[in-house]
Parts: sequence; C-alpha cells; structure tokens
Amino acid sequence: MNSLVTPIKRETLVVIGNGMVGHHCVEQLIAHGALAHYQIHVFGEEHQRAYDRVHLSEYFGGRDAESLALCEADFYAVSGVHLHLGMQVQEIDRERKEIVTTQGRIPYDCLVLATGSYPFVPPIPGAEGNSRLVYRTLSDLDSIRAAARTARRGVVVGGGLLGLEAANALKSLGLEAHVVEFAPRLMPVQLDADGGEALRQRIEALGVGVHLSRATQEIVPGDEYAYRMNFQDGEFLETDLIVFSAGIRPQDALGRSAGLDIAPRGGVVVDNTCRTSDPCIFAIGECASWNGSIFGLVAPGYTMARNVALQLAGKPYEPFTGADMSTKLKLLGVDVGSIGDAHAATPGAKSYRFIDEATSSYRRLVVSPDGKRVIGAVLVGDNSYYDTLLQYAQNGIKLPQDPSSLILPLSDGAPILGADALPDTATICSCHNVNKGAICCQVDQGCTDLGELKAATKAGTGCGGCSALLKQVFEHELSARGVAVDKSLCEHFAHTRQELYGIVRVEGIQTFEELLAKHGRGHVGCDICKPAVGSILASCWNQPITDPLLIPLQDTNDTFMANMQKNGTYSIVPRIAGGEITPDKLIALGEVAKKYDLYTKITGGQRIDLFGAQLHQLPDIWGELIEAGFETGHAYGKSLRTVKSCVGSTWCRYGVQDSVGMALYLENRYKGLRSPHKIKFAVSGCTRECAEAQSKDVGVIATDKGWNLYVAGNGGMRPRHAELFATDLDDETLVRYIDRFLMFYVRTADKLQRTSVWRESLEGGLHYLKDVIINDSLGLAAELESQMQLVVDRYECEWANALNDPEKLKRFRTFVNDGRGDPDIHFVKERGQRRPATHSELHLIPVTEEAL
Amino acid sequence: MSQTTTALIQTEPTHAVTWRALCHRRDLVANSGVVAWLDGYQVALFHLPQVDDHEKVFAIENKDPKSGANVIGRGIVGTLKGELVVASPLYKQHFRLKDGACLEYPEQRLRVWPARLQGDTVEIGLDS
Repeated sequence: MNSLVTPIKRETLVVIGNGMVGHHCVEQLIAHGALAHYQIHVFGEEHQRAYDRVHLSEYFGGRDAESLALCEADFYAVSGVHLHLGMQVQEIDRERKEIVTTQGRIPYDCLVLATGSYPFVPPIPGAEGNSRLVYRTLSDLDSIRAAARTARRGVVVGGGLLGLEAANALKSLGLEAHVVEFAPRLMPVQLDADGGEALRQRIEALGVGVHLSRATQEIVPGDEYAYRMNFQDGEFLETDLIVFSAGIRPQDALGRSAGLDIAPRGGVVVDNTCRTSDPCIFAIGECASWNGSIFGLVAPGYTMARNVALQLAGKPYEPFTGADMSTKLKLLGVDVGSIGDAHAATPGAKSYRFIDEATSSYRRLVVSPDGKRVIGAVLVGDNSYYDTLLQYAQNGIKLPQDPSSLILPLSDGAPILGADALPDTATICSCHNVNKGAICCQVDQGCTDLGELKAATKAGTGCGGCSALLKQVFEHELSARGVAVDKSLCEHFAHTRQELYGIVRVEGIQTFEELLAKHGRGHVGCDICKPAVGSILASCWNQPITDPLLIPLQDTNDTFMANMQKNGTYSIVPRIAGGEITPDKLIALGEVAKKYDLYTKITGGQRIDLFGAQLHQLPDIWGELIEAGFETGHAYGKSLRTVKSCVGSTWCRYGVQDSVGMALYLENRYKGLRSPHKIKFAVSGCTRECAEAQSKDVGVIATDKGWNLYVAGNGGMRPRHAELFATDLDDETLVRYIDRFLMFYVRTADKLQRTSVWRESLEGGLHYLKDVIINDSLGLAAELESQMQLVVDRYECEWANALNDPEKLKRFRTFVNDGRGDPDIHFVKERGQRRPATHSELHLIPVTEEAL
Repeated sequence: MSQTTTALIQTEPTHAVTWRALCHRRDLVANSGVVAWLDGYQVALFHLPQVDDHEKVFAIENKDPKSGANVIGRGIVGTLKGELVVASPLYKQHFRLKDGACLEYPEQRLRVWPARLQGDTVEIGLDS
C-alpha cells in the first residue's frame, strides 16, 4: 500500500526587507502556519535584524541595538525561516521569477516587497558629510553620534514628527538643538495653526530653537560654527551638523526597475489585497501606494502585513481599505495627538477649541456637520483626552449633550468614556489590531494578569500608546466578571501603600498595631507589611526607629542600624556629608577600623564602609564614632543615602557655584527622611557634571545664574537619566522644589518604588509632575513643605538615641545569655585586610583561631 | 499541661522533656527575636505577647540553611496564610515557627524546641 502522506513540494516565498513591517509579516506567516506551504527567505539590507524604529531615539538614551531588536537572535532560525542580513537584492527578474543578489540568484514563487522608505534630502548646494546627515537607521544614528562628538550645535531640517524626534536625539547628545521648517508651523500634516503654535511655544521652552517658514538656499562654511545655512530671505543660522528629516520617499527602486506599476508620487501600486501589477508580487508598508497614498506609520504597515500573511496562509482575510492616520506621540516630552480630519476639511464640519496660553495647551474637536459624531481632533500638551476621543471617532459613538466637555479640563467633571461604553469591535491596540472583544475573550478564558494578556494578544506591545486604555479595559472586564483586581499590599492589608499612607496621615495613626487593628487583618502582620508600614510611620512622624513599638517592624538592617552581609556580620557607614571630611575625622575612622579589624572600602557615594562587625560590637564602635563627631549614614535604610558633590567653585577653575556647600546643606536637610526606597542626590558645580548628578534621584547642576534641577534618575539594574525639571533656580526655590518633590514621592509612590519608576508611572508624566510641584496644581505645595519641615525638625541621629538608652542596647547582644561572639564567623586575610572565609576555606581553619 | 496565669506553654512536647532555664523574660523583645546560647547550639527565641489571646514563646534553630549564617533570630515575625513564620533576613525565605518547616524550600528545615515562660524565666525543653 502506498503511503497516504504525499510529500508536498513547498513553494518559495521571498520577503525583501527586514524592517518592522517585513518582520511583522514573517511573524504573521509563521503564526498562521504558512511554513507548511512555503519555505521562506527574508532579505535585509542592514546588518541588524528587524528593530523598533518607533523608539529609535532611545538609542541615544542608553538602549543598544540588541534591546531595540524586535525578536530574539535565534527567532528566524528556530522558526525555520532563512534570514539573509546585510544582503541587498539588486534586481527582480520577473520573467524567470528569480531575485538577483551579489551572492547569486534565488527563484521565487511569491514575493513580498517590504523595502520601506528612505529620507528625502532636498538638493541644497553644499550639503555633504556632517551637513547632510539623516535619521532613519541605526547606522544613521551612529553617524549622528560621531558627528556630535565635536559639535556644540545641531540643526534638524524638517519640523514634522520625525524631525522633532531627531531634535530630541540631538538634545540628548548634549547639543544645542534647532529645528528649521519650510511650512509656517510645526507638524503641518497633523496639526492646525493654533496647535502648531502651542507646540512651538512648548518646544522653545525646552531650549530648542524653532525657525519656521525658512527654506535653506545653500550651506557654506561658517564663522563660529562649522557650517552656515543661508535662508531665502537673507537670514542665516550657523551649526556644526545638519540632520535632514524633510519627509520620506518610498523605496520603490526594485519595483520600478522590474517594471511594476508605480504611483505618480512614488510607491509600488497595490490593490485591496496588497498585490502589485504582478499577481505574484505583493508590496506592504511604506514602499506601497494604495489609492495614491503612502502610509508612513507602523499600524497601517502591520495591517497590510497581516492581510498578506493571511492570504498566503490560505486563511480568510479582510481587504486593505486604507488606514486611520491618527497618532498619539510624545515629542521632546510634549504630548501631541492628531485624530482623523484634524484640519476640519470635511465640508460643513464644526470645531470646538480650547486654548490655554498660560501653559501652551491646545485642544480642538472636529464634529460632523450634523453635530452628532467626532470626525477629528488635535491635541497639544495633554494626551489624556486622546483615547476617549479616538474611540468616539472610530466607533461613531454619539456625542454627549455638550461636546466641548470632551476637551475641557478634566477637573470640570467631563464625562469620561468608560471602558463599558465601548463596543466589542472597538480597536484597543491598533498596531496589532486587537479589539475589545479579543480582550474579553482572554478574560473569559481565565486570564487575570496584564502581562499574560499582553503575551497572548500582543496588545500594547507595538507603539505602547494604548497601554493605559488596555489596562483600564482589562481591569473593567475583570471586575465585571466578579474578579477582584488585587492591589493589596499583602494578606494583612487590602490597601496599596499610597492608601495606607493616606490613612496613617489622616487618622494620625502612630503604631503598626493601631493600623492593623483598624484597617488590617490578624494580629501579627508579615515581613511585607511591617517594613512598609514602618517606613510610612517614619515618613509621617519621624519618631526614632529605635522605639520599642517600631523595632519589630524594621528589616534587620533598620533594626540594628547597620547593613547585614552574607555571613551575618554588619557593615557600618557613617555620614560623610557631601564627601567632605577633615583629616582628623579620617584618622578617627581609620583608628576605629583598625581597632576592630574592619575591612575598609570607599563607596560610590563618597563615603567609607567598614565591614565585618558582629552584632555585639556595634554599640562600642558607634560609641567611638560618635565621640569622634560622626553620625549615622542611614546606609541601612530606605532613606536619603548621600549627596555626592564635586569641589565646585571653591577650588575648581571651571566651577560656577559652591557645589560642596549646597551638597552639605541638602544632605543635612534631608538626612533621616524615610521614603519608599533609597534616595541619592548629587550636586555638580558646573555643566561638566563631575558629580554625575544626572544619574541620581535628585540632581543639581550649577549654572551661572543658579541651579538646574534634575529628577528621577538612577543607576543600578535599569539605569535612567534624570530629567531636567527646572532651570536657573535660586537656593531658596531649589530647596522648596526638592521639599515638594520628595514629599510628593513619599506620599504617592508604591512600596520599594524608586523615583524613576514612580515618575514613569505618573499619568501625565513629567509635565504633570511639574504642574504639581512648580505650579501647585493640586494646591498641595504648602502642606508638602510643612510635612517636610516636621521631618527635618525631628531629625535625630538614631545611633546617638540608641546609645543613650540601655534598654535599647539590650538588643545588640549576639547571645542574650552569654558574652561570647558567634563562633561560626571566620575570616581570612586578603590584600592586607580580612574578609569572610569561603565555604571551601572553612575546614582549613583550626577552631582555636576564631577571629574574634 | 495547664496554662499558668502569665503564659501558655508554647509547643506541647510529645514526649518527656527536661525543662531548662535559658534566660529572663526581660531579655526577650516583644514581637521579635533574640538569640540564646545552649551548649554549642544557637537558639532563636521569638516572643509573641498576644497570639489568639495567648502569650507565646518559640524556640527555633538560629542557623539559616541557605547562607549558613546564624541570623534567623534577626528575622521578621509574621503570619502567612494563618501560620506564624519568621522570614530569614538574608534571602527572605519563611520558616514555620511551630515546626521549622520552610514554606518555599521543603529541603530546608530548622530544628525547633519546646519553650515556655515560667513566671519571668524562659525555659526550653530538652530530651531527657
């Protein structure tokens, strides 16, 4: 009997282009089982596999090529797809159905063009080298970075979406950035005149120069900078580098030379099935022209990719009938949104506008002639309105009685379109075409975790713009099914840290027992809620953490006011404010370290860490340290650690302010402040930034007029640059802003949340934070300041407090019934100091040589 | 065993034990732990003045099996799903106070001793 299985000869499918759209197409082909019908070859011109171009500017913010990649390195190989990187396809031979590369010919049965686009550079005499950079690929960014090394100022030609992204990139490279736009406003495609004006004001406030209605005639050598750009009206601008971002052109050269139909304005012509004039060849993304239009956004490209993948997999598909070009962006930190008919081009369309000149915010709502539906919108300054407006526009939801309420400030009680009002067909994630129905379906199947939901549906994993809405819909659907959305701290408190903070403050609660009795469950608590509540009580009332009622709440480090190391011994870090120390104190530290044989190391925060003390030695050691004028450094606490500083104007020829003096003041003001996580500061005396303030929770950098304040940076596992918060502050204002910032953080952050993560979780972002801290938009400033003052006034060195109280010292005994030390602690000598013995060294140590 | 006016015997010994005084009540720290020396053993003592309306003392081995360091007595006491536990201060795994079982890693187990308060004396039960 013959085998029932007939080997199927698989056809060959070639995908040209490994950008976001080409990659998505392959992903979709794999997901829909197309590998059963085709062996797939993918050609990418770049050497890097597909990466996230939407977040390209983060390449200058610390992300590397690998972290921008859209898939794991072995994704193609594991899936059985042949990926050819760094290989340009030179020709499509349609007669022989072969593609031609430098490595030879490959036959195809089906071909997908996903070659994307290239940046358009207007022909300007003198544009070459560093005056003719572009912003599209990772290698373009490498060129920009190289050019920026010796540059002070950079210009972007083009004030559209990508141009502003490029300006942000220049700014993050430390250049003075300028944008030159031919049109009379920024983002002319997406914004109307008033919107463009609001955006200009905001961007100029960030220190980016904006030059509108300027056409560059020629580029010549400059006087003060490398180049001079001469404009049409006799004006000029000098710069060290020029990035062109004046629009994109479809990369249609292969289609053109192969004789495929090309649209008058460029792009390979495709129909509703994304087929070109050759039925064996498809084109998707920015190289394709549908109905005379090129779609320069990722979402329509993904829609085309899905369309083609489903066809090739032999599955039902929906025809491509154009795309919604609505966009929500954060450009240079400014929210910009544009929906549908933003310019009110529809005959008879009516508009509602909201303009706030004080904060340069602008919102426009465009409604249909009958006044019943939203057909377009423009947002500048606050995108929190975007999701609701987009749902109104996309789903034809009937407008409320007073349509203007949709764009008026939210505090006026605007009707928010709840997740329940959305139909199942409402698109939540447009990048991956996930609608509300698909989310409900996952919830019905038992999904209760947002991460799982994202993995299952891919929703929120494209541009990420839908994250907030996705979370809202997900949580709504969970609660609609009676699933409690659990935000509890632990099994003893059904509250978040923020809620507990509010309760403690409002009810004036002073102890854990009281809080547990009134608002918790059980009589004991656990190792999650005890330290969290201990920290809240300390933040609010700043009673000594050595109080008997507070002691059992603390982690061992807080309890014994030292840092436990792997062998159970402790390290000790006295405060050395600002890193400034007298020789006498340095000698005293050395003497103590020598006397107790403590391993000594300089920390990253300009202090000295003494390791290897046993529990019962801590009071003696601290007695001597306090005698020598030291106080506790809180290295053990979730609290202010150090304020690092450079020597500043006192010694340094470049210094413009006394950074050490300011660091000392700040460290002494905030020492002892308990917070959701540790806090680090730094103060630099000039823009050279030797104190590395931009990597701290609070960074202060001197200017000739005062201080620039940076917030919410950190090093560690996930480094984040601090963001510029306010500029040229006088001493008093600086301290006032830091008071408010820290207390607002203490008040609203989650347990063990650093300022960076907290800041990223703030809806409304940096702008919102500035509103609260600088403009006092919540009316909280005075309260925050007085709360901080209370903490400052109640400061007391915890070690001095403990040493004065024999009752408290009782705890510092290795054994309560015996005076000996821990006999299991062993040290060996290394580089002239002792360190814990490793497991393998242990049996070599005779019992009689205990290092005590 | 009967409850005295001041304390309840914490862990009912299942076999005959000899009670031995280990330290004084004032050596204990309420809702927290201290460590006592017992002929070469290190015993962590946790004092809970009010659990289910009773005063209790637990005695549990001080050596953390994961790190090999003698630190259990410096952990935080709490309840997890109704069971009294101590969290190791180094790697935060939880041990049940009543029998020393580790909730996260079954292969880690701490020795426990019967313990009680006799007036102001903390006593520990040793196999006779």
